[in-house]
Amino acid sequence: MGSLYVLVALGIVLIYRSTRILNFAHGDMATMGTFFAFTLLSFRLPFYVAFIGSLVFSGLLAILFYFLIIIPAQRREATLLGQITLTVGLGMIFQGVIVYLWGTDSKVMNFPLSDATVWKVGPVYLNELSLGTLAMGIIGSFFFYLLIQRTRIGLAMRATSENLPAAQTLAIPTRRILALAWGLAAFLGVLAGLFLAPALLLDPFFMLEPFLKGFAGAILGGLNSLPGAIVGGLIIGVAESLTGGYVALEFKNTVAFLIIIIVLLVKPEGLLGTEFKERI
Amino acid sequence: MDLVESYKDELRLIDRPWKGFWVGLLVLTLILLPWFTGEDLVYIATLVFIYSIGVQGQNILIGYTGQISLGQAGFLAIGAFTYGHLSRAGVPLLGGLLGAGLVAALFGVLVGFPSLRLKGPYLAIVTLGFGIAAYQLFTAYEFLSGGRMGMIVPKLKPFFGLSREVSMYYFTLLVGLCFTLLSYNLISSYIGRAFISVRDNDIAAEVLGVNLTQYKLLSFAVSSFYTGVHGALYGIFLGFLDPQMFTFLETITMFIAVVIGGLALVEGGIFGAAFVILIPYIFNEYKELVPVIYGGTVIVVMIFEPLGLAGRWLKIRLYFRNWPFR
Repeated sequence: MGSLYVLVALGIVLIYRSTRILNFAHGDMATMGTFFAFTLLSFRLPFYVAFIGSLVFSGLLAILFYFLIIIPAQRREATLLGQITLTVGLGMIFQGVIVYLWGTDSKVMNFPLSDATVWKVGPVYLNELSLGTLAMGIIGSFFFYLLIQRTRIGLAMRATSENLPAAQTLAIPTRRILALAWGLAAFLGVLAGLFLAPALLLDPFFMLEPFLKGFAGAILGGLNSLPGAIVGGLIIGVAESLTGGYVALEFKNTVAFLIIIIVLLVKPEGLLGTEFKERI
Repeated sequence: MDLVESYKDELRLIDRPWKGFWVGLLVLTLILLPWFTGEDLVYIATLVFIYSIGVQGQNILIGYTGQISLGQAGFLAIGAFTYGHLSRAGVPLLGGLLGAGLVAALFGVLVGFPSLRLKGPYLAIVTLGFGIAAYQLFTAYEFLSGGRMGMIVPKLKPFFGLSREVSMYYFTLLVGLCFTLLSYNLISSYIGRAFISVRDNDIAAEVLGVNLTQYKLLSFAVSSFYTGVHGALYGIFLGFLDPQMFTFLETITMFIAVVIGGLALVEGGIFGAAFVILIPYIFNEYKELVPVIYGGTVIVVMIFEPLGLAGRWLKIRLYFRNWPFR
């Protein structure tokens, strides 16, 4: 579970870092992509087609949102709170469309890995699905790291989030870079959604809780730090399963949020976040 | 616009004779409404009054003080269940409402403490965590929430020989008017100006002598007081309470109401409440599409009118006042 939160948190941090917008539609975007995969699968297409198709679909959706809605809003000098509200609105639209197209009943998605295949390694039981999820989280984060740190696009993305006007002066196409950031974030979200769908049942609200957890993980690690998102997501995942196992199942979420509140009280910018400086 | 000669003039709510006339007309219409319309409209109007209290409270916090809070559902639940327990213990109606508001305000202060160190999205997540924690506590502990079947709350006793719905309508109208008046006065007083200065630049506000700790906590307390009363009234209105009513969706609904209605405008609370109640009612036949309409309106409003419905209303008024000049 932790690695899924990492993927969600990475998406949120990516958008926050580059545009200072908290993306409340992240979970719904991921749900949309997962449902798209479900539809492709129900046309009896092979799994990898559905997998890639849904990733591309949701990436395009996010880019479209950026170009059609965020940019006009910014032209009219919308406030930050206004832009955040736009994503809330978008999330609601997605939710409504999903309910309208696919209905509210839960569905089972076919998935090549199953959680019925269990291996015993020492004292721990591992199932195929959670191993696959873990591997996916690690591979996803690794490639993401490579993209950000080792390619020209990644360099442009870092420059854009560091200092927008300076990046524009250096002839970096900031708008396209930001759109790419949105697309990538949606991509990561859908990746998480696809691996989560077989563990839970697929219904229009199945991403709400993982989204909130990923969000919490992002905050915990510090909103402007990508490694922070990974650390935060993992901490939330581990803390949650530990309380679920040892304390009480009902307080799984409460404890996760309690940890965040305590951490933020001690270190308001998150574990790995940089301090904010302010001028009057 | 107008010549303000003294501080007393500045504080006056009704600043020109016609405004008094229009407000009086509006209140009179609302008082006479149950005689001319059917029961469902009275029902909807009652809900709007109840919601407008909570939305105004959140507007004080989000719009005026600028603290993004996503814990509304938690305060609603606390207010509602406090009222439920108090009324079971035999506390009369007004005492119960006051108690619900005060307990919610207490929790508001508790949640407000992190706000002294946290800003923007960080505060949003802490309050969000509070909302979710409150929801889970109420779900987990049956003695708090009256069990899985929900808690029965005594409905309002009809008075003056009116039907139960109509007396509930008048009661919520009265409470809503009181709270609206309270927020107007609060905002035009020293406290309101302190809130606004905290929103615009908290460090500068502190330099100018606004006690940041006090005013942030006060803002949280006031807004959760409003929200607590909203929760209690909602409980009285429905006659029963269930933790499932106070989920994250409720928070989102209130947040949308604040933003659509208009940030930092008292009228905004009323417009926003009317919006989130009326839209599901009007589009009753296309229930699945309600979120789409919500979301679509949010996007349109935010792009074309960042001040929300109330901002548009102000502009329309200004247009007619200055007519035929522009």
